[in-house]
Amino acid sequence: MRSMVEGAPTKEKRMASTTVAEAPPRPPLAKRLQESRGFLSFGFMLPAALLLLVFLTYPLGLGVWLGFTDARIGRPGIFIGLENYEYLWDDSVFWLSVFNTLLYTVSASILKFMLGLWLALLLNENLPLKSFFRAVVLLPWVVPTVLSAIAFWWIYDSQFSIISWALIEMGIIDHRINFLGDPTNARASVIAANVWRGIPFVAITLLAGLQTIPQSLYEAATLDGASRWQLFRYVTLPLLTPIIAITMTFSVLFTFTDFQLIYVLTRGGPVNATHLMATLSFQRGISGGLLGEGAAIAVAMIPFLLAAILFSYFGLQRRKWQQGGGD
Amino acid sequence: MSAVETRNTATGDEGGMGYLQSVPRRIVTIWLPLLVFVFVLLFPFYWMAITAVKPNNEMTNFNDFSPFWVVEPTLQHIRYLLFETSYPGWLWNTVLISVASTFLSLLAAVFAAYAIERLRFSGSRQTGLAIFLAYLVPPSILFIPLSVMVFQLGLYDTPFALILTYPTFLVPFCTWLLMGYFRSIPYELEECALIDGASRWQILTKIILPLSVPGLISAGIFAFTLSWNEFIYALTFIQSSENKTVPVGVLTELVRSDVYEWGALMAGALIGSLPVVILYSFFVEHYVSSMTGAVKE
Repeated sequence: MRSMVEGAPTKEKRMASTTVAEAPPRPPLAKRLQESRGFLSFGFMLPAALLLLVFLTYPLGLGVWLGFTDARIGRPGIFIGLENYEYLWDDSVFWLSVFNTLLYTVSASILKFMLGLWLALLLNENLPLKSFFRAVVLLPWVVPTVLSAIAFWWIYDSQFSIISWALIEMGIIDHRINFLGDPTNARASVIAANVWRGIPFVAITLLAGLQTIPQSLYEAATLDGASRWQLFRYVTLPLLTPIIAITMTFSVLFTFTDFQLIYVLTRGGPVNATHLMATLSFQRGISGGLLGEGAAIAVAMIPFLLAAILFSYFGLQRRKWQQGGGD
Repeated sequence: MSAVETRNTATGDEGGMGYLQSVPRRIVTIWLPLLVFVFVLLFPFYWMAITAVKPNNEMTNFNDFSPFWVVEPTLQHIRYLLFETSYPGWLWNTVLISVASTFLSLLAAVFAAYAIERLRFSGSRQTGLAIFLAYLVPPSILFIPLSVMVFQLGLYDTPFALILTYPTFLVPFCTWLLMGYFRSIPYELEECALIDGASRWQILTKIILPLSVPGLISAGIFAFTLSWNEFIYALTFIQSSENKTVPVGVLTELVRSDVYEWGALMAGALIGSLPVVILYSFFVEHYVSSMTGAVKE
């Protein structure tokens, strides 16, 4: 900045020969440091970098290391190579938790996407009380997961479940549903609770995307005789794809690493039918005290997370290229 | 006459093409599903609230009392919660920890976002990307190594364990959000100030920060909500009852193995949700913008 202001055209011709003589006196060190971009940037980045390096990057590495040790709570472990992973490889509960996690993530994400998109389309209609509906819809996402999960726990109670009662009153079923005691029911119940909490996030972010699509496109398509389905399929969906990809990446990542809901509702039971990798990691690592093994389970989640991130990253890039965008 | 007509078409235009659908059709395809959605999304809150004020005999007797209503509302559960448990202490802990970690994260994020977005040091793009990736690292894979660290640093069972670890997910989020916000402030303002002899510090505090107050509010209340809702770190790093936060305290202290105090549990869940819901109701637009902003950028 400084050199640009001072580099007047008349001086520029002589610059090459007399740069040293013409140079202004060097300002004091403190002032130079204050204006040095590198030093300033370093100082500005320092707080965030310190926090993240110490409490995020280092633990990430420490976690990988712990996965190779037999550390327990209160006892630093020694390096045992791949023993934890070999043990997990033969552990049917671990594989069950991987299966559960995938089932939970895939089914909950698909449901969240479809219902969330539907809700977003409904909210995008020109309705009275639009902002009221939008505010109300987001509530499940704002309230602490654990506290809403406790409400679901009560709703799913084996004796006093309001859903069982209502269905019996309506004559649809004749005995109470054992929501959390039966493996299949328990899986369906936790997925339903997760979907309940996830719909608002998907709906509101997709709604923001929908609102950027110009009305004129719909009008043009309608004049060309497009049906409502065609409007959705050939106008809305292509223009919404980038934001769908990002929203669903976030949604998948958060669902895959979910812990709170399962911990409140089932703690992994009945007979490990709802154990996710995160809850198993907690059970073995913290409750059971086997830090090494718990860390190994957590590390085993990383490849799945990376795959999800890369999938959406490259998916997005292809989309940009198709639309003729650079970069 | 023609002016009126054009104005009419213009206003009709803003309403989209809803007029192409008949009213009964709109009721079935839009209002009905929307009301079902709203009912399902809100029912757990209603159920929570009604249970919190229901006497125990009504709660377990569906034959004589309609479960959807309460005949004799009672405050006994709330009284029990506030005077016979450590609940007020948990509320205070949660407020303290959320405010402190939000403040710490915002401070770090403002500087980092400004450096990345405006100082444009070499490698700032990569730093921005790294911050974004840091946001994708879930607490579920960090809590075991962090618990080891917390223990070694002597922070176990203190509020500092949470105040220092919550920024791991707050700083990336706030930085990312503020980067987007700073980007929308014109460069020219800064250039003018530079020419007038302002230092970078003056530019940040006197020009950028006043202009980005809405962004700071968005990031701040969102970070506050995230730390209020956090569970896994609080469950792992805190042991003694008086140091717990609301979500952990309600789940681990109010649930006894023999009998569930559903009324007190629901009251605890309700009161624990109220602060964020109240905050949310005042700043709905900020919430939406921070949520969609974090995804869009």
